[in-house]
Amino acid sequence: MSKESKIQERNLGIEKFKVNFKEINNGYTYNEMLEEAKRCKQCINPQCVKGCPVNINIPKFIHKLTKNNIYQAMKIIKSKNTLPSICGRVCPQENQCEKYCILSKNKNSICIGNLERYVADNANDEFNSTKLIAKKNKIKVAIIGSGPSGLTCAGDLLKIGYDVTIYESLHVAGGVLRYGIPEFRLPKKILDIEINNLKKNGLKIVLNNFIGRTQTIKDLLDCNFKAIFIGTGSGIPKFPGIEGENLKNIYCANEFLVRTNLMYAYNFPNVDTPIYIGQNVAVIGGGNTALDSARTAIRLGAKQVKIIYRREEINMPVRKLELIYAKKEGVQIISLTNPLKFIGNNENKVISIECIKMENNKKNLLKKIKDSNHIIKSDMVILALGSMPNHTIALLTKGLKINRKNGYLVVDNNLMTSIPGIFAGGDIVGGSTVIEAMYMGKKAAVSIVNYLKNY
Amino acid sequence: MYKIVTKTCLCSKIKSMEILAPHVAKNALAGQFVILKINKNGERIPLTIAGTKPNNGLVKIVFQEIGKTTTLLGSLKEGEFIEDFLGPLGKPTKIQKYGKVVAVAGGLGIAEIIPVISEFKKKKNFITTIIGAKSKEFIILKSELLKNSDSIFFTTNDGSYGIKGSVIDVLKKNIDINEIDVVYTVGPILMMKAVSDLTLKQNIKTIVSLNPIMIDGTGMCGSCRININNKIKFACIDGPEFDANSINWLEVISRLDTFKSQEKVSFDIIKKECKCQKNQKYKKEILE
Repeated sequence: MSKESKIQERNLGIEKFKVNFKEINNGYTYNEMLEEAKRCKQCINPQCVKGCPVNINIPKFIHKLTKNNIYQAMKIIKSKNTLPSICGRVCPQENQCEKYCILSKNKNSICIGNLERYVADNANDEFNSTKLIAKKNKIKVAIIGSGPSGLTCAGDLLKIGYDVTIYESLHVAGGVLRYGIPEFRLPKKILDIEINNLKKNGLKIVLNNFIGRTQTIKDLLDCNFKAIFIGTGSGIPKFPGIEGENLKNIYCANEFLVRTNLMYAYNFPNVDTPIYIGQNVAVIGGGNTALDSARTAIRLGAKQVKIIYRREEINMPVRKLELIYAKKEGVQIISLTNPLKFIGNNENKVISIECIKMENNKKNLLKKIKDSNHIIKSDMVILALGSMPNHTIALLTKGLKINRKNGYLVVDNNLMTSIPGIFAGGDIVGGSTVIEAMYMGKKAAVSIVNYLKNY
Repeated sequence: MYKIVTKTCLCSKIKSMEILAPHVAKNALAGQFVILKINKNGERIPLTIAGTKPNNGLVKIVFQEIGKTTTLLGSLKEGEFIEDFLGPLGKPTKIQKYGKVVAVAGGLGIAEIIPVISEFKKKKNFITTIIGAKSKEFIILKSELLKNSDSIFFTTNDGSYGIKGSVIDVLKKNIDINEIDVVYTVGPILMMKAVSDLTLKQNIKTIVSLNPIMIDGTGMCGSCRININNKIKFACIDGPEFDANSINWLEVISRLDTFKSQEKVSFDIIKKECKCQKNQKYKKEILE
């Protein structure tokens, strides 16, 4: 390999790899890291930084890596990104930093994500044994939801010395990082390490508490919380609204992933949560959740897994590397196809899907092709069509406004909601990726600090 | 961890527990439910709240040992702990003055209906309660039912207590004699369907409390989805109570046994595991 070509993930060359729940990408070795870091041109006006939602000083951390100073590299990353070991794994780098890399013209961008991950995986222990926490100021801030936005906001506030408590409705923290993203993409161990680091720095986490119902926002304010951040995620799954969608063995991706990731149903009956696995699994949708579901189904023993997507494969809004992996694992992509109805047997179990072919017309609008109806056999369907905001907290909190058009919580430029002192970020205000959620968590932390200064 | 403060056997298979969960106890209203998970490998199951003691931080749950989780729960003792206990979930019952309310309950619904009729009674509704059970043994919490009803009918399948027959026979007679403003029903799904089939013919407003399969209980997983007037609703956040008129019953009934075969596998394992142990325990508890 010439010095000028990028170090890809090592697994990419392998024709077929063993499919299990272990993480696929093993990350760089020291030499690979060094070789990749040395390719960086150290641009004077680095475009990659502009492509990063949290504006990590990428050339600077890479420069530290070339000097073998992983600790300093970590320090640079951590000043902007609370959860680098997670972002290194799940960010769609090809649409962010790596897209703007000056080498991208030759399809030879620096693998920034892999380098970030290398830093986080190798510096975490050393870095976290040093305390960076300011003196505690005893001002209480509550964070609702322990997903990426909440954890980031919490991390930044802890650093400044705030007394932070996260409220989580599930029995374990992590939000979508826990129940949504599968083990083979983001090992739970990595997430546990990040959460434990925050706990070591004073974070309190209250589980089994669905704010709005278990306690209200008013209850929290009465408990002397001076500011609140709402990072409850998007929540409610979307359904196609077609005939047969409530047949048995039609799951929405959330349910399927929650059963496997959160409840470990793949160990049934050693654990108590069951799961059904079909022979012919059809996943409807084309995003990361669809890919995660399809690949999970393969791991659980499905014979055939198809992704049915209405647009062209190239339009799939996914992390490209995962798509490559998915295909290597045997996931079939059936593009330009849309389901019309689900057909069941006499036990109300799904047996097939009536689909129609789609095409892009001259105006590049997606259109059904007349008389192209056809049947795809499937005894298990997973619906991965995205989600809408969950309004429970807004409905139960007087004065918390929702945007009627898109359902998101209304926030101002500082991410403050219609109630002073209450901020929101992540999916509940429209940030749909992990890194966007983290960006909002960070931004809200700054806003909270400013708000409390004037308080 | 959530402490089991009291445990009572209401009959051989139905048990009642008071769990220490102060926030839930403080904020719970009639018609709401909790989701609990006993231990690390446990599943999350929903149970309707059968009452609260806010001053003591206690939440009462009543359950029947019909599967692995409920059997395991039944084997826990006073002073032991449940790992996770989330609530109150779901929309509370809309309590208002209707006038004549008929409450129809069977199975565990007998326990679940008590907080509801108690609130309706406070609003000066006239409460007629119709209780259905397999046999005398399964008529539980009788004194609380009597206290909160203005008129009450008990039915048993075998005639061992009250009227021999089903709640439907009694409900029919009541409809013939009285003007009824609303029927509220909770219990086995087929009973609720039979109630609503009858009342809808008569144009009587009917509220049912559904109990589909759930996991998170906060609107996220979509497993409790219900087709309401051809729109997807979630029992956990939009329900659990719905207007009987709007429900696609066949779908609700069909979806309930999605995991029937797996549930049986789980149940068989625990039955084997604690057969002797359990038998001894039952004997001891009944003696006590």
